[in-house]
Amino acid sequence: MLEKAQSGHPGGSLSAIDLITTLFFHEMQMDPQNASWEDRDRFVLSKGHGVPALYAVLSELGVIPENELSTLRRINSRLQGHPDRVVLPFVEASTGSLGQGLSIAQGIALALKLQKKKSRVFCLMGDGETQEGQIWETAMSAPKYHLNNLVAILDNNNGQIDGHVTEVMDLEPIADKWRSFNWAVHEINGHSFKEVIGALEKARTEPQKPTLILARTVKGKGVSFMENQIGWHGVAPTAEELKKALAELSGGNS
Amino acid sequence: MGAKATRDSFGEELRELGKSNPSIVVLDADLSVSTKSVTFAKAFPERFFQMGIAEANMIGTAAGMAFSGFVPFCCSFGCFLTGKYETIRVSVGYSQANVKLVGTHAGLGIGEDGYTQMGLEDMNLMRGLPGMMVFNPADDKTTRAAVRFAAEHRGPVYLRLTRQKLPDLHASADVFKPGRGIVLKSGGKLALIGTGATVAEALQAADGLSSYKPWVIDMHTIKPIDKELLQTLATQCTHVVTVEDHNVIGGLGSAVAEALCELGYPGKLLRLGVQDTYGESGLPHELFEKYGFSVAQITRRVDQWMNH
Repeated sequence: MLEKAQSGHPGGSLSAIDLITTLFFHEMQMDPQNASWEDRDRFVLSKGHGVPALYAVLSELGVIPENELSTLRRINSRLQGHPDRVVLPFVEASTGSLGQGLSIAQGIALALKLQKKKSRVFCLMGDGETQEGQIWETAMSAPKYHLNNLVAILDNNNGQIDGHVTEVMDLEPIADKWRSFNWAVHEINGHSFKEVIGALEKARTEPQKPTLILARTVKGKGVSFMENQIGWHGVAPTAEELKKALAELSGGNS
Repeated sequence: MGAKATRDSFGEELRELGKSNPSIVVLDADLSVSTKSVTFAKAFPERFFQMGIAEANMIGTAAGMAFSGFVPFCCSFGCFLTGKYETIRVSVGYSQANVKLVGTHAGLGIGEDGYTQMGLEDMNLMRGLPGMMVFNPADDKTTRAAVRFAAEHRGPVYLRLTRQKLPDLHASADVFKPGRGIVLKSGGKLALIGTGATVAEALQAADGLSSYKPWVIDMHTIKPIDKELLQTLATQCTHVVTVEDHNVIGGLGSAVAEALCELGYPGKLLRLGVQDTYGESGLPHELFEKYGFSVAQITRRVDQWMNH
C-alpha cells in the first residue's frame, strides 16, 4: 500500500498491526457484512496515521476489496491518508488530528450505556499522541461515568516524528499516571498475541473502571531495517525496500 | 413588550423538546447555570452530562454520542466553545457529526466580565466550517424556533445566544425560517441589517433615520446567508448597513459583503460592530456606545454616512 502511494506511516502501522489484528479477529463482536449492526463492538483508531494497518485488516475481512488497497492516499479514494468515517464502513471516527479519538470513543461508550447495550468500544492511541491535553481530559472523565465498556490501548512504540517519545516529551511513568486517574491498567508486550488476549480478557470482566492496556511495542516491528528507526515514521519504502520487508514479514528473519 | 435573554429561551425550549424527543442529550462544561442548560439538567438528569472545565473533551464526547444516534447539545460560552476549534473542525465538522454547539454570552453584551469571556470571533470561526449552520437569533420566539430547528436538523449547528435580555420583536415563531432573514420594515434606499442583540438596536435607530425610510432586517442566520433577500436589497438600495455585536471581520458584515459583491450590488456598505479590536469591561450599554453600535451611535453614524 505505502510503496504504491509513496507516502504514509509504516513504523506506527507495523507497531499497531498485532493489536488491531487481535481486536478484529479475536475480541470484537462484529459482522463484516453489516457495518450498521447496532450491537457491534466499535473500534476507534485515535492514532489516525496508523490507518494502513486498519485498512489491511478490513481488507482481510472482505470489507475493502484487495485491489482497492493500491488506491491509498490517491485522489477520489475512500482510503484517505487518515481515516474518514463518512466514506468507509467500520471507521467509527475520523481521526488524524491527534488527541481526539479517545473523547469520541468515550462518547460512543456513554451512548451505549445509555442505550443499555452490551457492546464495547476499543480505542487505539499512539504514545506520542497522549502528549495532547485532551487525552487527559478524557482520562479524567471516563472513570466518572464508569465506562467499563471502554478499552483504550496505548501503542507504546516510543517513537514520534522528532525523536523518541522519552526524549521529545517523556510520558513515564505511564501506567502510574493512568492508574492514578482511576483506570484499570494492564501492561503487556503488544506483539505477544497471548498477552494481548490476556489483557483483553481482563478488560472484559472489569466491573466498573475503563481499561488502559499499555502495550509495549516496537516501531516498524518485523522489518529489521525499520525497527526502532524514527526515520521510518512517515516515509514510504521503495520497491526494493518493500521486497526485503515482505520477505522478512512472511517468515524470513522476524 | 416583554424581554428575555436568549439563553433563557434556549434552556426552556430545550426542556420542552426533552419531553418529546428522548434522543436529546445535553453536555456542559461547568457553566450550566450560566448557559441555562441547567433547566434541562433538572428535568432530565439522566440525559445531562457534566463534563467539567474541559471543553475539547466535551465536544469530542458529543460527537461520539451523535454517531450513536443521540442529538447532543454541547453548551458553554461562545468563546470557550469555539476556542476549541481544532476539535470542532475534525470531530464535528469533517466528521459530519450531528452535534449542536450552543455558545452563550455573545459579544460585548456580557458587560463587566470583560473581553476574555466575550464571544467576539465565534461566528467567524464557525462560519468557516463546511456544513456548519450559524444562527444568532434576536428574541425569545425566534430563539425557540432556532432551538427546535437545530434539534430536528441533521448536521452540525452553531447557536449563538446572549447573556443580556433582548426585547420581543416578533409576534410569532413562525416568522423564523432557517436561512431566511426577516424583514421587520420594508423601506427605500437604505437598509439596516442586524443580527442577535443588534436587531433591536437597528430597529430603534430606524426611528431616528425615518427620513431615509430604512429597511430593517433580522438576519438571524449567518450561514447560509439569505442571498435572495440580499438580492432584493442589492437591487433597491444604495446604502446597506450591517450591525453586529461581533468583530466586523468574519461575521454578519463579512457574510453580507461577500454576498452583495457576488450579486453585483453597486452601492455602499457600512459595517458597524467591533472594529477588529478586543473588548473590555463595562456596562453593556456603555460598551455599545463606545464601540459604535448603540442606538444613538447607529443613528448618528448612518446619518453622517448618508450625507457624506
